[in-house]
Amino acid sequence: MARRATGARKIVVTAIAWGVGLAIFFPILWTILTSFKTEAEAIASPPSFLAFEWTLENYVEVNSRSDYFLHFMNSVIISLGSTLLGLLIAIPAAWSMAFVPAKRTKDILMWMLSTKMLPPVGVLVPIYLMFRDFGLLDTRIGLIVVLTLINLPIIVWMLFTYFKEIPGEILEAARMDGASLWDEVVHVLTPMAVPGIASTLLLNIILAWNEAFWTLNLTAAKAAPLTAFIASYSSPEGLFYAKLSAASTLAIAPILILGWFSQKQLVRGLTFGAVK
Amino acid sequence: MTTFIRALLGATAISLAVSPALAEKLTIATVNNGDMIRMQKLTDDFAAKNPDIELEWVTLEENVLRQRVTTDIATKGGQYDVMTIGTYEAPIWAKQGWLVALDDLGADYDVDDLLPAIRGGLTVDGKLYAAPFYGESSMVMYRKDLMEKAGLTMPDAPTWDFIKEAAAAMTDKGNEVYGICLRGKAGWGENMAFLSAMANSYGARWFDMDWKPQFDSEAWKATLTDYLDLMNNYGPPGASSNGFNENLALFQTGKCGMWIDATVAASFVTNPNDSQVAEHVGFALAPDKGLGKRGNWLWAWNLAIPAGSQKTEAAKKFIAWATSKEYLELVASKEGWANVPPGTRTSLYENANYLEAAPFAKMTLDSINAADPQKPTVDEVPYVGVQFVAIPEFQGIGTAVGQQFSAALAGTVSAEQALQNAQQTTERTMRRAGYIK
Repeated sequence: MARRATGARKIVVTAIAWGVGLAIFFPILWTILTSFKTEAEAIASPPSFLAFEWTLENYVEVNSRSDYFLHFMNSVIISLGSTLLGLLIAIPAAWSMAFVPAKRTKDILMWMLSTKMLPPVGVLVPIYLMFRDFGLLDTRIGLIVVLTLINLPIIVWMLFTYFKEIPGEILEAARMDGASLWDEVVHVLTPMAVPGIASTLLLNIILAWNEAFWTLNLTAAKAAPLTAFIASYSSPEGLFYAKLSAASTLAIAPILILGWFSQKQLVRGLTFGAVK
Repeated sequence: MTTFIRALLGATAISLAVSPALAEKLTIATVNNGDMIRMQKLTDDFAAKNPDIELEWVTLEENVLRQRVTTDIATKGGQYDVMTIGTYEAPIWAKQGWLVALDDLGADYDVDDLLPAIRGGLTVDGKLYAAPFYGESSMVMYRKDLMEKAGLTMPDAPTWDFIKEAAAAMTDKGNEVYGICLRGKAGWGENMAFLSAMANSYGARWFDMDWKPQFDSEAWKATLTDYLDLMNNYGPPGASSNGFNENLALFQTGKCGMWIDATVAASFVTNPNDSQVAEHVGFALAPDKGLGKRGNWLWAWNLAIPAGSQKTEAAKKFIAWATSKEYLELVASKEGWANVPPGTRTSLYENANYLEAAPFAKMTLDSINAADPQKPTVDEVPYVGVQFVAIPEFQGIGTAVGQQFSAALAGTVSAEQALQNAQQTTERTMRRAGYIK
């Protein structure tokens, strides 16, 4: 009886999980389906789900109008570059906070997080002026720097949570065996924290890939990533839903595939320390 | 290996010696609409005539573009050599000294051919600061078949009373046909574009000559009451979130009897590939209330050069090409007369080929000519602009007031409350900005 109740509960929970999953995924699915419709089909009422004349014309149009590869490469370089630079800064920072905490370490961590609460538009003009003066407008380097700074609090926090779970005694033992600080961080701590670093890396690539405020405001033609590519297909006067959907599908496809293959790492990284 | 490196260096030196001087690259910020996209595809013609100038495009959604170019020009970022700006920005930016005057676009440019209403909105102290690429007004688009079925005939210049009568007669909610579709989405360029123009025809105005907001006037009360009455009784459900695109989709799928919106929509609703009602569409001037002003707006997308640009001469060559009579002929030769960018040149409306290909041409011209940005209202006002007020504060207050009126349409506040809130919000902003004490 008890087993049957557990089985029924499992079915209900599974059904709810599927329902929630489908509800979350539905807008993406709808975007993908719309990208294969004509503009007239895209606004048809009632809308057709699968029974429409499938066409690739939007993809052809989008590819003829825009340089997808340039935007794609910009997205790859900016998201990877900002994540790697962020890790380079965050690993030593998280190490010191986790293993050599000072009196105000927790305050510093909270302060770092509080920088995420500032609306970005509040600092747009000062950052724009700095970028102008340093010649960083419309450059990949400029965006790598700004996205690193924006995502740094999250990277530090994730790594700090991970490092806190690693027993300090292991590092102490390494030190007693004569390991230098470099050896301790690079050869002892980092290999043990690989799963945590990997999930931090993945999450930050996704965050940097999807970032659409700074990437739109600090770029023009050369360093514009896929967010700018999508923005060029939206219009308040004119129906471009099918083309916009095709551009969106092309923009999210790489990160969707990356997320699909690395979902185990991502879930582990996001839930680490949540359940003990 | 050494030989190989020498050969490589030699080849590089030769190629550098024989290569032509580097072309000057112009970065052009533009908006995503059909006419601008078409221009990008036709730039081979410009490249052939100007081999020393290379073009680089940045296409963005209208609101993103506005934010982007405003930041860049205000900070002298220098990211763009040519900017696409609206009739709202042109006079404000020109007065700030942010734009290069375009009074020397070449002897054959024929600046006097530009439509006076459009040119007037882009001129400050007698100098043209932006060249119009495409212009629009607003007008009534209606279903001739439904009008006939209702036993009515749309006059060329209808009144608001007739519009109400026709909306009531055409509405058939059981079959999802709504007598009238109007903008309801909040925003200074969304519902406030329509409502400001409608208010002009009702004798209302944004400010009196002392810059005091006028939402407490009887004329504004009548405007908002009639708008809500029309939309609540004969409009589609959920209209408070409808903008141009939503209404276009409704009209094209046969769900609107009338739609008052941008003249550019005419080419969409009459295109049989996209519109299910293409053969039944008629046009009329925007309605009036018998006070001498019609409820139509005036807008143009224009090309301008930011002050401080290092490539002014090349940028002027490009603007002269893109806004010339020859460009219109180029589009006609490649894509047909119906696809030339409308609303900028008088000669286009004297061209028999165009008039034949675009049945909405005359109504578009009449609508544009009926709008006067220098004198937009029945009573005198201290500002320029038909559906906007050309002051920097307008984007903020226009959207705030738009939110109040959209809320009134959604039924979350009453018309009286919305007007009262609009008055308070606008007064507060104008006082802070120093227009009123």
